[in-house]
Amino acid sequence: MEVPEGLCFTEDHEWLKVEDGVGTIGITNFAQEELGDIVFVELPELEEEFAQHDNFGVIESVKAVSDLYLPVSGEICAINEDLLDSPELVNEDPYGEGWIVKVKLSDEAELEELMNTEEYREFLKEEA
Amino acid sequence: MAVTPLNAQHKELGAKMTDFGGWEMPVEYTGIISEHQAVRERAGLFDVSHMGEFLVKGEDAGEFLDYLLTNKISDLASGKAVYSPMCYPDGGIVDDLLIYKLAKDKYFLVVNAANTKKDFDWITEQGQDFSGQVVIEDHSQNYALLALQGPRAEKILSQLTDYNLKKMSAFSCTEMEIASIEALVSRTGYTGEDGFEIYLKPDKSVELWQKLLTAGEAEGLKPAGLGARDTLRLEKCLCLYGNEISKDTNPLEAGLGWTVKFAKEDFIGKESLQEIKEAGLKRRLVGFIVKGRGIARHDYPILNEAEEEIGFVTSGSYSPSLEENIGLGYLKEGYWQPGQKINIKVRSRIIAAEVVEIPFI
Repeated sequence: MEVPEGLCFTEDHEWLKVEDGVGTIGITNFAQEELGDIVFVELPELEEEFAQHDNFGVIESVKAVSDLYLPVSGEICAINEDLLDSPELVNEDPYGEGWIVKVKLSDEAELEELMNTEEYREFLKEEA
Repeated sequence: MAVTPLNAQHKELGAKMTDFGGWEMPVEYTGIISEHQAVRERAGLFDVSHMGEFLVKGEDAGEFLDYLLTNKISDLASGKAVYSPMCYPDGGIVDDLLIYKLAKDKYFLVVNAANTKKDFDWITEQGQDFSGQVVIEDHSQNYALLALQGPRAEKILSQLTDYNLKKMSAFSCTEMEIASIEALVSRTGYTGEDGFEIYLKPDKSVELWQKLLTAGEAEGLKPAGLGARDTLRLEKCLCLYGNEISKDTNPLEAGLGWTVKFAKEDFIGKESLQEIKEAGLKRRLVGFIVKGRGIARHDYPILNEAEEEIGFVTSGSYSPSLEENIGLGYLKEGYWQPGQKINIKVRSRIIAAEVVEIPFI
């Protein structure tokens, strides 16, 4: 299964890409495949602040409801409003147009707890 | 976990498997929405071999079933099937089932997988107290069950049998050979579409599964999982045991009053159901469409404008046909009219919904 380079990952199958202190967050290809057809994404409010591992939203497929957890602490600085009308973008392009939120990181040291691409590939092998 | 004889086929097709009442069953192969659409527009093939099958035999079998079940069974013509709830004396529901009359003294009962043991124990117990001549046998291990559903089901099945399927009306059943395999076939299903349910020996099921998929390829037939089965039945408002109906609900409030034949001399639950009917229903199953953003799920509370609890959701899902979020739920008296505004508590939020006419499509 393809896992892009240069991202950080959680054991809950969220990905994080950091640029200039802002992290873009989504769920991995593995996660979207496990969920199946995604039909609803509940997003947080802009400027809402969260601690690391906080539940910041919900993603629902036809059958299942799953909580979303923030890989790092920080303030929400963008939400992907395209998902309100087109939640299937998460299925179609989980690492691209299916991104979910952007967060202003409050502590970059937290990134060290996350997996890199190589580690996540290994993690997926163990899960399988 | 129990498996059906088609377990390896599902895995080979890349199905996502789940534990469904102790059975490892396919939820989806390529996606619930695409499988749902295949059944509505073309055809889908389901493995529902987990369902339980009983035979009720004997001179007085019809009379026994008339007493056991709320619907009238004995006056069915041979080769016909009927749907009925099976109630406890208090009117609560043991299970809902299909009953096929194979002959005057031979009936075939199909029950929900998760209820098979409970039902068999219950029916056997009632049989022991029954004065007439009746034999009850569990044949669940002797049958696999394939459901071929959708507008092209007849065209697909006709490629594999000489039997004239046009002669089969809805809810009829007959024995026939399909691809030289003996089967009991009924024109029934749980999707709201035309289709057939095919009962056959487990050791022939892989062969027939593959032959049906091949025969249906040109017609757009797809294997379909329990996920699509659930969204299909929900759009048509077919009750699911454990959701809309249970030991704590009765057939009258579930909208199954048409299956309760009070004109019969006696049946289990008659007295209680008559009292419930005369007292008037306190709650009823209604359908709703979610207007706000979110999906109503099983057991979410339903509130009125003043945010008082007036009921609960029994089933809710995204509807692939309507592209809206729909649901069924029980509501207190006074909230049953289509157009009624209601609220649903979805986790920490309250979202708007509206009662609508059912079925949804």
